[in-house]
This record gives sequence, C-alpha cells and structure tokens, in this order.
Amino acid sequence: MKEEEVNLIGFLCNWCSYAGADLAGVSRFQYPSNIRIIRVMCSGRVDPELILDTFLHGADGVFIGGCHFGDCHYLEGNFYAEKKIEMAKRLLKVAGVDSERLRLEWVSASEGERFAAVIRAFTEEIKEMGQIKYDKERMEAVLMAAADYRLRILATKERELLEVGNKYGEVFTQHEMDRLLDDLVQEEYEANRILLKLKKPMAVKEIASELNLKPNVVLQRILGLKRHELIEIHEIRDNTPVYIARELSEGGLTE
Amino acid sequence: MTESLRIGVFICHCGTNIGGVVDVPVVAEYASTLKNVVHAECNLYTCSSDGLECIKSAIQEYELNRVVVASCTPRTHEPLFRATCEGAGLNSYLFEFVNIRDQCSWVHMHEPELATEKAKDLVRMGVAKAALLEPLEELSSDVIPSAVVIGAGISGMTAALSIAKNGFYVHLIEKEREMGGLLSRLYKLYPTEELVDDFLEQRIKTVGGHERVELHLSTSIKNITGYVGQFKVILDENGAEKSIDCGVIIVATGAKELEPEGLYEYDGKRVITQLQLEEKLRRDALNVDGIKNVVMIQCAGARGEVVRYCSKICCMNAIKNAKLIKEANPDINVFIAHNELQAYGEEYELYYRAAKKAGVRFLRFPREKRPKVRTSDGKLIVDVFHDRMQMNIPLDADLVVLSVPLVQNPDAESLSKLLKVPLGQDRFFFEAHVKLRPVDFATDGIFLCGTAQGPKDIEESISQGYAAASRATIPLAKGYVRSAAITSSVDEAKCVGCGICESVCPYGAIAVVETEEGRRARVTGVKCKGCGTCGSSCIKKAIEMHHFTDEQLIAQERAAFVIEAVVSG
Repeated sequence: MKEEEVNLIGFLCNWCSYAGADLAGVSRFQYPSNIRIIRVMCSGRVDPELILDTFLHGADGVFIGGCHFGDCHYLEGNFYAEKKIEMAKRLLKVAGVDSERLRLEWVSASEGERFAAVIRAFTEEIKEMGQIKYDKERMEAVLMAAADYRLRILATKERELLEVGNKYGEVFTQHEMDRLLDDLVQEEYEANRILLKLKKPMAVKEIASELNLKPNVVLQRILGLKRHELIEIHEIRDNTPVYIARELSEGGLTE
Repeated sequence: MTESLRIGVFICHCGTNIGGVVDVPVVAEYASTLKNVVHAECNLYTCSSDGLECIKSAIQEYELNRVVVASCTPRTHEPLFRATCEGAGLNSYLFEFVNIRDQCSWVHMHEPELATEKAKDLVRMGVAKAALLEPLEELSSDVIPSAVVIGAGISGMTAALSIAKNGFYVHLIEKEREMGGLLSRLYKLYPTEELVDDFLEQRIKTVGGHERVELHLSTSIKNITGYVGQFKVILDENGAEKSIDCGVIIVATGAKELEPEGLYEYDGKRVITQLQLEEKLRRDALNVDGIKNVVMIQCAGARGEVVRYCSKICCMNAIKNAKLIKEANPDINVFIAHNELQAYGEEYELYYRAAKKAGVRFLRFPREKRPKVRTSDGKLIVDVFHDRMQMNIPLDADLVVLSVPLVQNPDAESLSKLLKVPLGQDRFFFEAHVKLRPVDFATDGIFLCGTAQGPKDIEESISQGYAAASRATIPLAKGYVRSAAITSSVDEAKCVGCGICESVCPYGAIAVVETEEGRRARVTGVKCKGCGTCGSSCIKKAIEMHHFTDEQLIAQERAAFVIEAVVSG
C-alpha cells in the first residue's frame, strides 16, 4: 500500500450486495481499487466485534452491504444488521473514531451501477478523512465491550423493544433507547479500559488519574469487574487495595 | 489440527478478462510465497476441462488438503470447483473462492498495477481463510412422497394433475365450495373463443376423478410447520381440523379483481367490471337490456391509479369481449378507450386486427388524462380525451366496462407468514429469482404458480402450473433432499438457553429444548439456510456459523493488512 492510500474492507451479503458488486463488474462500472471484499451469507451475520476488529487491524473504512428492506434472502437479516451496525457506530464514537468510517448501504443484485457509485463516494470520503488514527487501548476496550452480553442482547432486541415492547408491553421511544444504549456503551467501555490497565497492578486513584475518570466511577466499575471475577486484589499497599486483572481470555476476540 | 496444511492456489487468466489487467503470473508467484501454500499455478481458464484437470492432478501430486481458486465469482462457478475437489477426493468445503474478475480486473480496468496489488491481497485473504476451513458434510433427509397444492384454480388444478400423473399423491386445497377459481367466472377464452364451461368442466372432472388427487373443498389453512420433505399442514375442512404430512407445497392461490369503488362512477349495474360483463355475456344479457353503446375503459385502477403495475391480461380480455359483443350484434357500438394497447405476439396481434375488422373502435387517451364518466339527463357519458386529435370526445354509453387489474387476495398475507415466504412490493407472492427460478420460492420445497405470483392469462397460468409441478416433483422423485452444509451449530457447553437465536431465526431452524444439562439451543440442520444471524446475536457466542466462522472471517479480514503474518519463511 502506498503511504497515502486508505484501506477499505467491505462485507457484502451473498444474495444482494455481492451480486450487485458482480454486476458492477459485468457492466464494467469502474471504482477505486482500495476496497477488499469479503463475502458473507447475510449482512445480519456481521457483528460489531468483527467490524471493530477490522478497524483495529488496519481498515480506514468498513463497508457493509445488504439487501434492501423487504428483499432480504433471509427475510429480516438486514433489519438486525442495521441495529448491529448502529451499535458498532456507538462503540466507535466512544473510542474517539469518526463513525462515518463505517458505512451501511442496501444494494440489490440489480444495482451494479449504484454499487460502483456508492463505493466511489465512500472511498472519496475516507480519502478525505485520511488514514485512521486511534488510541490502541481505547479501541481494544470497545472491542471487548462489544462482546458484552448486555450490548449483544440490546443490539439484537432493539428493534423489538422499539416496535413491540418488552415483556411488560412497554414500548421504548428512540430517545429512551439511545440514552440507555449510550449509557451502557460508556459503562462497558470504562470497565474494559480499567481491565486493560490492570494488566499491571494499580489502585483506584492511579487508574482514575490515568484514565481521567472520577475515582467513584472507577470504584464502581472495579466492583463490577470483581463481581464478574475478571479482576482480583493483588495486594494491600498503604491501606489501599491494588487490583490486577485475571486472565484476559473468556469470550474476547482479541487473543 | 494434526495434519499439516497443504494449500494449492490456482489463478485464472479468464482469457484476457483477468489476464488483460492483472499480472496473473506475478500473483501466482506471490501466492507461492504465502504460508501453507505448497503449490501455485496460473491457468488460461481454470474452469475449462484442462484447468479442472490441473486442479485434480495437483491435489494428487502435491497432496493438497485445501484448494483456492482466484477467478470469477462463486455465485456462478463455486459448484463446479467444489465438484472438482470432491472428484479428487477432497471434501468440497475445503475449497475457497477468490473473486479477482468481477470485483477486481473488470472494475479496475485502467489501473493494472493497483488491480494486481488488490488481486494479491485478495488471494492472501483467501488463503488465510482456506487455512481455517473445515470439512463439512451435506445433510440428507427423507421426503414424504406427496404434495399439497393450495388453490384449485386453473394453475393449481394443472399442477395437481401433473404431479398425480407422475405417480405421487396430491392434496388439493380450495377455500371455495368448488374448483375453478377465477376461470369459472369467465365466458369465453381468447384467442380461441372456446367456451370456458366446456373447457373447465372437463378439467374439473379429470382432476376430481384422479385416484391420486384428494380434494379438500371449503378448506382453509390453519398452520404449516416443517421443511422440505417433511411438511405438516393443518387444515380446517368444513370446521373439522385435519392434519396432512407432505414433502412439497405449491402455492396457487390466485388473485382477484380490484373492486373499483369510487372509480369512474362504478355502481356494478351500468358501470361494471370485465368479470361482471362476462357474466352478462354468459346469460346473453346484453340483448335483453337493449344496450346500444358500450364503452370500455382500460387501465382502470392500474398503472398508477390505484396499483402501480400493468395487469397484463386486460387488453386482450377487453378486445375479446368487445369482439364477442360486436359479432353477436353488429348494431351495438363498442369503444375501447385505452392508453397503450398491448396485443403482443403473433396470435394476439391477429386477434386484435380481427376485432378492429369486426367494428370495435379504439380510442387512445394520454395516461395523465384518463377518461371521466358522468351522467347527463340520466344518461351515461364517457369523456375521452383523444390523444391524436388533442380534444375531448364525449361518448354516449348504456354500459361502461372497466378493465380493472388483478390484485392479491387479502388472505395471502397470512399464508405468506405461515409459509415464511415473501410477498413483493405489489403484494403478490415473490419468487426466488425472476429469470433463473421463476416458480420457486427461496425456501426449499415451496413453489408457486398462477396469478398468486402476478397477473397472467390462462395459457401462462397453465404453463406455470406444469412448471411448478415439474420442479416440485424433483424432491418427490428423488425421495431425499440434500441440504447445504453451511449451517450453524451450537456449542452446548457455552449455551445458556436464553433463546435469542430462536427469536431471530426466520426458518425456525434453531430452538431451545430441554436437555439433561438444562435449556439449550439446538439446530435442525435441514431447515438452516446459513444466514448466520443467530451467531452474531448469540450472547455467549456459543453458535458457530460453519464456513463463515468468526475465526475464518477474522483471519480473512486481518490478512488484508497483516502481510508478514501469512508469508512463509
């Protein structure tokens, strides 16, 4: 790759967007060569972790292509995709990455020309933004947050909660849902940043000053992490507990 | 993995399609440097018999246990290369496709160097995924040798009879008290002008009398479960519940005429629809009524008025009815006000000319200035804006006939939900592919024919009935179905039985069951279509989407950037 070139990865669903990309080829509609395409059966297959992992390993932009609503080969996979991509965007924002670097588009099998146009436009936008810059630890923290079961449940159930309601028939407004998700994402992000810091033993105050968080917030997260047995007390130093992370493996994609 | 990986990479020139842009030998050379790659070569056409032979002999010679082909698109050529691997004794799911034509050389024709770099990257990504591929087995399940046909109109009867004649048992389900569908309301058929009653009576007799056709009249469908080969259909037959097991299902529920309430002063008496006219013709009611002027209005409610589509049959149907009226009584004036008349094909064109010769008058109006019907001194007048003359022509009418479009039956919605098959934008049943699979649904084992799929005339409905029957007979005759191995599976040690996967699966392929260990999700492989939404939704990441696993996709994506990690040496 040249110095100034940007790297794009596209995840395309087999039935619509991948076929649309093929049609762009058959019709010789040209677009910049930056994108590398990966075929998946359905856009609903792509989860936030996969997207964040792609960014973490070098993508400057990630494109997800699915079928138009109502056209999904699997009936509703694209509805789930939409919410999962929104979740990934929330996580990107928390990591300090412009969420416009992640793009979801519906491209049908007959829209070869549109596919080329969409990729041209997206590549241009990413080129204007330039190569991605992020803090590795922040990115790792959101990647770990994406594996959190609460975020995974909400990314899947968001549509149902907005349209049908929960077990008690309470239908959430988009505003309530956004607040809930943003809070949860922030919480998980903070917890995972702390967890990553605790690769070496640290006390609450030290963490708070390094991460620029309030000590009471750090303590709250620490208690949560301890409850999930992700960290333990390493030693008591000057009457202050010093924590350390236990093994970082369960569930994460990172290792 | 105990065995060491031995990957073979085959790069296709595709004549000049790839080779004219991408430097294929350079890509092959590069591929040979990748980790686990023991053989890389280029072929002029990898899909030619020579090319396939190269793959086969390389599998033997280099003891390949993974094959990567970089050429066109998996959407057309994956089955061929898979079969080749299978033929050489390699599990066909140990094959990985890299698309360097449709998504590389053809779309970067003016940047050969960048295209070559991209091809290298794509090959590297493919090799990275190939290293993690696992052998998969296609599942096989039995097929119950009987069919359910829903709807006993002309296409449903045709399909049922055809399947029965092929030697299989058919349950023909009809919600009305009699067979015949829309056809039973017609008088004569174009272009042969044979009497519907004669034609239909004979059909109904043959179908009803066939030893392998079981009729279920006045019957509605309460529930459908199962999958190709093993469907269970619950019927409500005259109030009694009945359960039927079958291997395949054909949807032939037909369509109905749009009710033109509020359009063109429709009243069902002096302003009627073509179907109502057919009933009058049947009784020879025109003469009795002393009608002198008939005006037919085409596209009433269609093409942007109520529905957006063209109903396809109304032009010929109006021409036929006009011709019949004119021939029965030349003193009656018959006008057809139309926007764009379609009398396609040889016979229909001749038929149209014959109608003109018989004295039917055709007036063309612009689509944005549709005719208006008004009453003056108790007499009906149709104002038609004549396109050629650019002026309004008021036509006296004793009878106005509206050519209204066919629309979907209201109960199609619930049937589509029961069958889990889609309706299109215009609410007609939606086939898997308009050209390649015109009578299949995307769901295996369910087929469609007739006007349930969109307006069509008798000839087309019959052809489709035959087509659907022939498609449906394939699994019946084979006696088993093989389903793709790209399915999901649950790691029961990780599963907590929350059921989120069950809630997202559109096919009911994954469900939570009670096990000795507690509640766990289980996959019915034959039902699974491999979308992977359950996997991306699983809160414990206990579901593996075979052939598109997390590990495989991550390896593929990372290989786009981490160049060193996959290069050998």
